[in-house]
Amino acid sequence: MIAKPFALFKKDFHSELKTRYAINSLAMFIIVAISVILFSIGSETINENLTGGLFWVIIFFTAMSGLARAFVSEEERGTTLTLQLIASSSTVFSGKFIFNLILVFCVNILITLLYSVFFEKFVVQNLVLFIVTFILGNIGLASASTIIAAIIAKAGAKGTLYPVLSFPILLPLILTCVQLTLFSFDDVNFVEAQVELAIVVGYDIIMITVSYLLFEFIWKD
Amino acid sequence: MSSYSIHSQSLSKSFGRRLIFKDINFNWADNGIFGILGPNGSGKSTLVKIIAGLIATSSGKISHKNSSGEIISENLHNHIGFVSPYLILYEEFSAWENLKIFAQIRGINFNEEKLLNYLQQFLLDNRKDDLVKTYSSGMKQRLKFVFALQHSPDVLIFDEPTSNLDEDGKKVVYKIIQEESKNRIVIIASNEIKDIELCNEVLSLEDFK
Amino acid sequence: MIWKIFLFILLTFVSIAGIAFPIVENPSKWYEFPIIPGLEENAKIIFFHVPTAWLTVIAFLMSTIFSFRYLKKKNPDDDAKAYSAAQLGMIFCILATVTGAVWAKFAWGQFWSWDPRQTSIFALLLIYGALFALRSSIETEDKRATLSAVYSLIAFVTVPFFVFIMPRIMKGLHPGSADDTNAGPIVDFQMNPSMQLIFFLSLTGFTILFFWMWRVGYKSIIYKERLTKQLLMPAQPVQGG
Repeated sequence: MIAKPFALFKKDFHSELKTRYAINSLAMFIIVAISVILFSIGSETINENLTGGLFWVIIFFTAMSGLARAFVSEEERGTTLTLQLIASSSTVFSGKFIFNLILVFCVNILITLLYSVFFEKFVVQNLVLFIVTFILGNIGLASASTIIAAIIAKAGAKGTLYPVLSFPILLPLILTCVQLTLFSFDDVNFVEAQVELAIVVGYDIIMITVSYLLFEFIWKD
Repeated sequence: MSSYSIHSQSLSKSFGRRLIFKDINFNWADNGIFGILGPNGSGKSTLVKIIAGLIATSSGKISHKNSSGEIISENLHNHIGFVSPYLILYEEFSAWENLKIFAQIRGINFNEEKLLNYLQQFLLDNRKDDLVKTYSSGMKQRLKFVFALQHSPDVLIFDEPTSNLDEDGKKVVYKIIQEESKNRIVIIASNEIKDIELCNEVLSLEDFK
Repeated sequence: MIWKIFLFILLTFVSIAGIAFPIVENPSKWYEFPIIPGLEENAKIIFFHVPTAWLTVIAFLMSTIFSFRYLKKKNPDDDAKAYSAAQLGMIFCILATVTGAVWAKFAWGQFWSWDPRQTSIFALLLIYGALFALRSSIETEDKRATLSAVYSLIAFVTVPFFVFIMPRIMKGLHPGSADDTNAGPIVDFQMNPSMQLIFFLSLTGFTILFFWMWRVGYKSIIYKERLTKQLLMPAQPVQGG
């Protein structure tokens, strides 16, 4: 069941190692984004709210700069037809989802590490809550951005359209994750944060289900 | 002999409000070479893609059946071998790596002996470890036939099979078509008279406008 | 024709009544409205603001339903209906945002304060904007229809998050929101019958107006598409080989 999507993931992974297209641009994007914020702050310290908010802003825009590759690269090289011939649409969706999920996790772990080094107020009190938020947020981010990537790859208009289409879809997730991140700074316990956590879990489940169901329509036009 | 059949029932396709063809009916079974003929822009590629289950019909139905019943669209790709000028293999990998990746994603056995044999027939065996991007267009075309035959499909669909090929290449392709048509369905979409002459049955798209 | 005249009279009456009927402390005559704490004179916006917000939601719903139907049946008419509903939805969404902001200026002191309702309507505006950006970037008709239908459906499942959940996690100022103590459920308890009557008449009038505009909208799209097809058909090469 998982073997075929995983083989597709492996193909993308080796392809990425050979071309290093996404990895290089993502790494540079993170460095640029964080340094721009650091320059503009100067010697001041920004407060907790802003730190938590900017954290997710960076995560969002980094995702927007890299995750579209999953489908756009196939469409650009003209290999979509090949992929349609060797795999069912559910295999393709799952494979690309795994790839984006792993990419999101790697990138966001890097962002978190850099962030905790450079930002004084990025002090997590409730570590477990933060990790849970981080994991759930990344799953939601990967699922929504995979399906939107499939749409824009087929739409033919690449760069600018991606954040435009993704932002309204990701907005509830990001707003809730910002809230949860602030909770984890303030050492709020799980019981108080349960509504927000339920929202994120609900979002993840709904988004994965809907994207999985709708993907076939995009893939077989 | 396989007991595979492709049945088309009043098949129509339009893009938006533009009609491509309508009311195509055929019933192709077991083995043989079936040709799809039509001038440029008549919808040959569209029809073969519909037969391969790659794009949806606007109305009507296409069904693939084997001895155990109708094949669901989720598994259809495993029964079809497809060659088309629009097909592009992964250029950053070698031919051998490409075939290996395809076997893994399909979830089938990587049969080295069989593939070496095919590569030899298509005169590619000495270049199998070179990256596909270094291939000439004729070599890429020949590699697509190996790709199409790799998983022993029940249906072979060749869209303009001899484009980009030299005389030697064409000879190999015709030989393969003749051989394969003995125990499976081979569908050829083409304008080339020599391609169409091979066919047992020809469907002219001009009749379905 | 008759119902168009009826609609005209209805909306004229609602407009005049909504603007001209006075708000007094103890309404005694039928045309007098009561004071609603927290809203006072600003309450009259209800007759115009609420219907536009309502129609934004209806239009979004219609657009989603017909997107879904398009994906099931691939009938280009359904796409025209979904698109036309989205266009109207965008217009009413802008109207709701503007009337809401004007009201907010007088009630809360500023045009915009990221109240949950404001955030939600802003997100709807973004969704509509994204949908039109997507549509304008695709040339092929059926591809445009399919992709925008899929996007509408994805957007649709995120809307409940805004409508039901945002007010729970953000502080609300809007009448009727979770922590709004002074206004409460306005329609049921604090309106007098005549005010309710005008309110529901306005809602009905605007809804009829919407369905009329929608019909005109999608019919014109369908005719336009058929006409272009007829005019261009002989000259246009068929796609694919």
